[in-house]
Amino acid sequence: MSDRAITAGIHPSLPEPKKMPLPSAVSTATGLDGGLLEWFGNLGIFSWRVLKAAVTPPFEGRELIRQMDDIGSKSLPLVALAGAAVGAVLSMEVRSSMTRFGATSLLPSAIVFSVIQEMGPIITGLVVSGRVGAGIGAELASMKVTEQIDAMEVSAVNPYRLLAATRIVACILMLPLLTLASDACGLLTGWLAQTLVEPISLRQFIDAGFRGATLSDFLPPTFKTAVFGLIIGLIACYQGMRTRGGAEGVGRAATNSVVLASLFVILADVVLVKLILVIFH
Amino acid sequence: MATAYDIAKKQDEPEQGAGAFAVAVEDVHKTFGNLKVLDGVSLGVHRGETLAVLGRSGTGKSVLLRLIVGLEKPDSGSVCILEQDIAGFSLDQLGVVRKKMGFLFQHAALYDSLTVGENVAFPLLHHRRDLSKAERGDRVNQLLTEVGLENALDKMPSDISGGMQKRVGLARALALEPEILLLDEPTAGLDPISSGEIDELVLKLQREHQMASIVVTHDLHSAKTIANRLALLDRGNVVIEGKFEDLEQSDIAFVKEFLKQS
Repeated sequence: MSDRAITAGIHPSLPEPKKMPLPSAVSTATGLDGGLLEWFGNLGIFSWRVLKAAVTPPFEGRELIRQMDDIGSKSLPLVALAGAAVGAVLSMEVRSSMTRFGATSLLPSAIVFSVIQEMGPIITGLVVSGRVGAGIGAELASMKVTEQIDAMEVSAVNPYRLLAATRIVACILMLPLLTLASDACGLLTGWLAQTLVEPISLRQFIDAGFRGATLSDFLPPTFKTAVFGLIIGLIACYQGMRTRGGAEGVGRAATNSVVLASLFVILADVVLVKLILVIFH
Repeated sequence: MATAYDIAKKQDEPEQGAGAFAVAVEDVHKTFGNLKVLDGVSLGVHRGETLAVLGRSGTGKSVLLRLIVGLEKPDSGSVCILEQDIAGFSLDQLGVVRKKMGFLFQHAALYDSLTVGENVAFPLLHHRRDLSKAERGDRVNQLLTEVGLENALDKMPSDISGGMQKRVGLARALALEPEILLLDEPTAGLDPISSGEIDELVLKLQREHQMASIVVTHDLHSAKTIANRLALLDRGNVVIEGKFEDLEQSDIAFVKEFLKQS
């Protein structure tokens, strides 16, 4: 059975783009086994349908709040823990390097800038890719293979609106907030690791860390995670809603959601960092 | 040569007029890759009538239902629902038509994270926003009572049997008081007693609601019980259409073989 036939339920009128085969190692790792152009083409059509559904009424406010709770508050402990671990490790590593160059006075600034500009956002993006990406991918895939998404469509409820748009918007809104939590935990453990070796009050640490900093140093890196949220939500929903093949398909969708979301978050980070440097510095 | 669809249409003309089909499928073709599933199928169902579509596994019966409900698009031919050709409809346009249709999936397709009551309330919650919570609750209770499951309101789908799941699916399909009811293998996988109960339930609902119904099944006994007319599909086309007696009197080898084996 062709891919067109298989995807017909959720993409009834998808064109068949030209296939560009991937090297086998790449296709195995990413699950893009149907051809790169086809994957991106279908993702584009999926994104357009989600966008149309998201901006036209009726709006699914209750489901959006439920998803924000599920994605935000339930990811918080994991994100906070990861942020805390990174802050502590960073403090220890940077201290070792700074001592070698006799620049320990710059330690608070180095920790604050590293955590807020890069480590907090990327760690949050990767942790959420794992937890939320797998969760959304598996949940929607399971709904797809048990015909629950078809049942929703038959009930005249747009699954792009109820299932995809709400999850994607929730990811976009929650990622910056989770990043703030991760940053706060990272700075706290960074200070703890610092003060255990060379006692310094939290206030002094923060004052020294933020000295000379402007909002443009911190806001763009925090808000860039909204793009990570878009990537995670979009890829996980897309992988879930195009699933086929029973339990094996559900497993594959969950794995591919995590792998692809993480990969695209890292790639997007490269582009966004360059953009932020060009625009704000 | 006149097709079964033409004959049914002609027979109907004196009473209801040419446009009286609630569902009209005309010369529909559907191919998946190299596999031709439907090859020029034409069928029509009137309001208040039940048509059973029979055939061996893999002959395109379920695909036909998915075409009628708009989950698949035909390669060619037309699918008219309440006199509207839905072939070129967008998702939103299909939504308007789908509110007038109820669909029971082969495996019920209940939302597994919702309770039985929430499953039945799902279409009401999205399309009858005028109903208060109490009114919605009353309607759900009424629907569950209608399918004999008034005590299952708070149960999860995983906690009830296959037959009960189909009843819940049926209650959900009836929630918006559809004009057309589509049933995909309503008795598949059920024991004879549960199958009989589902058949009786479908008959009762037919009498009470007077919908146009299409039942896809390979259970000849069930088809004979609940349908006014039967259509037998083979190799993507309708071999014969008519009352059960017409099938019994047919000289077509495939029809004889099918009846003999059923």
